[in-house]
Amino acid sequence: MTTFAELLVNGVSIGSVYALIALGFVIIFKATEVVNFAHASLLLVGGFAVAKLVGPLGFWPALLAGVAIAAAVAALVELLVLRRSRAGDHHVLAIVTIGVDILITTELTRQIGTEVLSMGDPWQSAVVEVAGISVPQTRLAALVTAVALITCFLLAFRFTDWGVAMRVAAEDREAAALMGVRLNRVSLAAWAVAGALAAVAALFLTVFPTPGLDRSTSLVALKAFPAAILGGLDSTTGALVGGLIIGLTESLASGYQNDLTFLGRGLGDVAPYLVMIVILLIRPAGLFGTRELARV
Amino acid sequence: MSERTSPLPSLPRLVAWAVGLAVMVAVPFYAEAFFLQAGVFAMAAAIGAIGLNLLTGSTGQLSLGHAFFLAVGAYGYVYLAGESGNGLAGLGLPTWLAVVGAVLLAGLAGGLFSPIAGRLRGTYLGIASLALVFIGQHILHNAHAVTGGANGRDVPPLEIAGFSFADTPELVVLQVPFRALEKLWFLALALLLLAAWIARGVLNGRPGRAMNTIRDHEIAAGVMGVPVARYRAAVFVVSSMYAGLAGVLLAMAFRRTVPDYFGLLLSLEYLAMIVIGGLGTVAGAVIGAVFVSLLPPLFTRYADGLPLIAPPGSGGVSPAEASRILYGAIVVAVVLFLPGGLMGLWQRLRASTAARRKSTPSPRMEPEEQPA
Repeated sequence: MTTFAELLVNGVSIGSVYALIALGFVIIFKATEVVNFAHASLLLVGGFAVAKLVGPLGFWPALLAGVAIAAAVAALVELLVLRRSRAGDHHVLAIVTIGVDILITTELTRQIGTEVLSMGDPWQSAVVEVAGISVPQTRLAALVTAVALITCFLLAFRFTDWGVAMRVAAEDREAAALMGVRLNRVSLAAWAVAGALAAVAALFLTVFPTPGLDRSTSLVALKAFPAAILGGLDSTTGALVGGLIIGLTESLASGYQNDLTFLGRGLGDVAPYLVMIVILLIRPAGLFGTRELARV
Repeated sequence: MSERTSPLPSLPRLVAWAVGLAVMVAVPFYAEAFFLQAGVFAMAAAIGAIGLNLLTGSTGQLSLGHAFFLAVGAYGYVYLAGESGNGLAGLGLPTWLAVVGAVLLAGLAGGLFSPIAGRLRGTYLGIASLALVFIGQHILHNAHAVTGGANGRDVPPLEIAGFSFADTPELVVLQVPFRALEKLWFLALALLLLAAWIARGVLNGRPGRAMNTIRDHEIAAGVMGVPVARYRAAVFVVSSMYAGLAGVLLAMAFRRTVPDYFGLLLSLEYLAMIVIGGLGTVAGAVIGAVFVSLLPPLFTRYADGLPLIAPPGSGGVSPAEASRILYGAIVVAVVLFLPGGLMGLWQRLRASTAARRKSTPSPRMEPEEQPA
């Protein structure tokens, strides 16, 4: 029972990190209708920047710098690549982001090489005992941070001018433009926010119990895709629920994999994708995604 | 988009074909093993890219799962043709039958995915098919008896009616010893021509028009009587069969299949091929495949003479990384500046030089609404 509770807490915590990534992904999709396959590489940019700067700057400044750098890179991708190819359809734009992803990921994995970069976080491997279950501090920090960020974002989305502009743009681009919403700015902001969220997620994906940032981190980050899609690409609620589902699935599948040996080793890495397929079979637009109705 | 050809191909076209074919036939008599191997890989990749282009380029269904179907083809062949023993299972079928079986198996795998492939659109399908790569990796690493686990499995050489595609009964043609690679070259060439011919037939006929309509406007396609879901699923199956055939050829050229090759990167590589070559045309897929798959071997070969590229393991940019960065950049550049890829560029050049010839209009519909 304690294992179960531990796995549950871990799952919720890692799920909230996936939710952060998926949220960025959904924000970009809502604001620009582009599916950003380069999201995992943005995360890698953030993580790499933090790991490299933590030595000279110390942890908190390095984290801030990492977030800023990831946001800047994301904004640059929007400015230099996507804005210039506006006329193309979204299908082709998705492929551009794949090209961007190949570029960034290749260069960063080359820089990382075989190293495992430590984040130098203040929590290290400390463990908290709550009601008989032990949870790493990093996991609690992840949960708290993710919940705080997501709340902030949802509030901003609802109450600030920026949030309203974003929602209007997602609803009807043309009408938004006519009402004076600057679509360029909205999409630039969406990319920057998504990059920043990804950088924070990168931190929590690479701290204890994971050894650190290495070349496989971008593969871990890919799990945010099933999270985003099973919730529904155009739904922020969906991103949160999807993140939690993926986190719990992964945590439980790897926790109980000794009882499930007939399914093979490393089950935690595939289970999220299997869950995604099952959910998409039942609801092709995801749990909370709007079904597109077409009037003919 | 391939233009409609008149029933009788024009003379220059015939000459170009004949010269091209002659060159391809002559290569094994002159080129060394290194280039032959690269060539066989390129031709195998071309078959796979044609398949992906049918799906992504012509029907507008993004797939990141192509590597999975390549793996099904490769491992399907090894399993069907391989002998049991040493903890490995195999059916020991005649190898030609195993090739057919592997292609059908890949088609079956595509068919099993059709409840997803038929219902999901565009990018949703792209992400859903991402699952295939990871599920594939899981199976390849864990189904030890069939796949040999992480170490992979040896690939039995093909044998058709007593003619072996292995090194050992050495065949001497025009005083050139024909070993496995030379024989595989011709096999790959023949299969590539067949695959291209079939794909061209599909694209130029009724199914091709239906596929393009689905890509350009799904509702319009449905209204005009195209069974959209069925077409989507069917194209997915056909595309997986192409991938299966490509996988078989790759396995034969590698002589050993290893799971790590069939990762996400391979899927991305195939997408890069069709984008660089040109979405929606057979020739584009072939050009893109040749381009993307020849870069790494050429970089490896000429690493000393090229700036910025260091030999693998020396800490600099390795040939594989250099080629990845290059094709990543080219994908971005092509979408920004060269819609239609290299094929589109070629068509535009021809249209502008030969003014008397009316340039082929782009088959792609204009986006209905330009974002403000």
